[in-house]
Amino acid sequence: MNKSGKNVLLVGVGGQGTILASKLLSEGLLALGYDVKMSEIHGMAQRGGSVSTHVRYGARVYSPVMGPGEADVLVAFEKMEALRWLPYLSPEGMLIVNNHEIYPMPVILGLSEYPALLEVALSESVPRMLLIEAAETAAELGNPRVMNVVLLGALVKSLGLDDPCWSDTLGSCVPPHVLQINTIAFRKGLDLV
Amino acid sequence: MRELMTGNEAIARGAWEAGCHVAAAYPGTPSTEILENVSRYKEIYSEWSTNEKVSLEVASGASMAGARAMCAMKHVGLNVAADPFFTMSYIGVNGGLVIVDADDPGLFSSQNEQDNRWYALHAKLPMLEPSDSQECLQYMKAAFDISERFDTPVLLRVTTRICHSKSVVETGERKERPVREYVRNPAKNAMLPAFAKAKHYLVEKRLLELREFNETSPYITFEDGKGEIGVIASGIGRQHAKEALGDGVSYLHLGMTWPLPEKAIRDFASKVKNLWIVEENDTFIEGAVRSMGIACSGKDALPLVDELSPALIAKAILGTMPSSGPDTGIMPPSRPPLLCAGCPHRGLLFAMSKKKDLVVMGDIGCYGLGSMPPLNVGESTICMGAGFSAVVGFQKAQEKAGRSQKVFGILGDSTFFHSGVTGLIDAVVNKSRGVFVILDNRITAMTGQQENPGTGRTLMGEETTALDIPRLCAACGVKEEHIHVVDPYDLKASREAVDSAYAAEETSVIVTTRPCALIKEVLKSRASLHCVVDAEKCVLCSSCLKLGCPAITKQEGRIVIDSVACNGCSLCEQVCPKQAISREGELHE
Repeated sequence: MNKSGKNVLLVGVGGQGTILASKLLSEGLLALGYDVKMSEIHGMAQRGGSVSTHVRYGARVYSPVMGPGEADVLVAFEKMEALRWLPYLSPEGMLIVNNHEIYPMPVILGLSEYPALLEVALSESVPRMLLIEAAETAAELGNPRVMNVVLLGALVKSLGLDDPCWSDTLGSCVPPHVLQINTIAFRKGLDLV
Repeated sequence: MRELMTGNEAIARGAWEAGCHVAAAYPGTPSTEILENVSRYKEIYSEWSTNEKVSLEVASGASMAGARAMCAMKHVGLNVAADPFFTMSYIGVNGGLVIVDADDPGLFSSQNEQDNRWYALHAKLPMLEPSDSQECLQYMKAAFDISERFDTPVLLRVTTRICHSKSVVETGERKERPVREYVRNPAKNAMLPAFAKAKHYLVEKRLLELREFNETSPYITFEDGKGEIGVIASGIGRQHAKEALGDGVSYLHLGMTWPLPEKAIRDFASKVKNLWIVEENDTFIEGAVRSMGIACSGKDALPLVDELSPALIAKAILGTMPSSGPDTGIMPPSRPPLLCAGCPHRGLLFAMSKKKDLVVMGDIGCYGLGSMPPLNVGESTICMGAGFSAVVGFQKAQEKAGRSQKVFGILGDSTFFHSGVTGLIDAVVNKSRGVFVILDNRITAMTGQQENPGTGRTLMGEETTALDIPRLCAACGVKEEHIHVVDPYDLKASREAVDSAYAAEETSVIVTTRPCALIKEVLKSRASLHCVVDAEKCVLCSSCLKLGCPAITKQEGRIVIDSVACNGCSLCEQVCPKQAISREGELHE
């Protein structure tokens, strides 16, 4: 197997399920035979703050984190978080962005404005962008929470890692009562690419 | 078996494999998951202790009795536990004793960025620093062995990036070992001055023996890069350095960073032309190397503040400029963390925010978020418990200055048990006119729902006594008429409690009674409850937005309440001047 590695940065808002998606990604990469390191931030940031998880894989990985300009793929679970973390994307990198807005408190209070037509500005700044309607897809499936796994499916496809082993990974990481819906969400995500 | 584990999971696994019998901790990011994971191994007795000092004392007692024991805490927790920490260094161990300390470079969830490696130097005991999850497991096992071999507690020091990063771990099996025999020995265990003085000689001798052990220990690795640059690194700095500098550089990796192996360091320094010390925060290793008379570089080019990264190391040592990504030229608004939708802290904090001449001392916990807009309640955060004790001094100073503002202190149930109760006793006995607010949500919420003495359940899942906070306050001497017990979802009652406590001339207490909105049973019982806005009646006055609830937003000129996030706490219904908000759904008890 080709073991050339990549850096994936998953960003979003606390509570969106970025940590579960990152866990699934890391476990799947391990099953595919890669060395994997993942670094996540817990704690205060989980209370609706901006969150990020670094996933690095390859033949051998040392540091669990990447720096600015080093992410091969940036996956933003929320649109404005794509903007915040854009400096981490490599100049040749790919942006996968969920077309979903969550207003932060300064916007709710009218102290600042949510940037308008953000997807246009983003697509003009990056060489490759994939705009995903993950929230819509999850809602159609009847469970808004599986948005994270829809995005994971899109990511896996974009990384060229589509493989039967992912269903085992889902089976070992997702509670049985929501396994079926997550499996469907993952496939939907694969099909969106 | 090969598994992906966080450092915290691997530390727990290492303790289990080492045959650990007793484990204790007080939750604190980034260390919390260590004990959560230990508690899954049924061979180990595990507990949430009242605070970090208690956890170290519990572990010390267990060690003295002959058990392998551990405790875990975040960096500031070791300040709380420093008292037994220093003296346990003199006493030593019977069964192995390991203290896990988790520092937070970068301050992801902390009030300071202190570098706790100095504690090992200061207390004269050995310190191990793993650099990934595999080493977390191995070093945990080694720490117990070193502890018993050298009759010393061992500090296992990790950082946020170690605790919360996952890497591949080869696991082993548990080696069962009996709890050692206990023999009464006051000269060893009772640190009366005469015994302690004799012990101090032994501590100094032990340090020399440990230094000798470290010179050839398996925790030192040397990599010859055959180049001019040599790097001494430990912990996460070691992984970052290898990532940044690759194979053309020589490395001396130190796994045991106190006492430092002077001969090994001198030998390494003599083999390279440019010696670099790569370490986060303070000049712990660099200072020691310089004091050996060895020239080196380090903090002249690397930062003292914040985490290290491969990019920072490459820039300092190789002069490589960090790359930068695309730029849209648009600045995103900030996204500060928030009190959750339905958070029971909001009601009382909102009631307090309406009183304009208050000074509010804050503390460590979710309620610290109340100091942000729009509530703006709380103006200090020092440490666990200071939210009460500082009120006493602040109120006395206000009175000396002739200022009329009343001083309130806010802390949570877990913080109250941790070290707030001592501040309350101080207030009562010293006749403070302060108001002491306990936001009792029955759980340690900020760190992710750990049991505390008010929960009624132990870490191991057993039912137990749930302490009654109002009765405890009464026992501390607060008069019954000054103890206000209030439902924070009831704004009118919350305001009345604040008004009444404000007017009192004696120590007053307010205790709120709603459990955290994220507790599983609470989530379940309130799942269908949510508030809705009648757009016909709404005049867009924004009164509801000023609650700072993340479920309420203004979108396209309308107030919208997210029915999934909302738990029907109904504060918005209570603040709406036009009765435009109503609650729907049912409560399932």
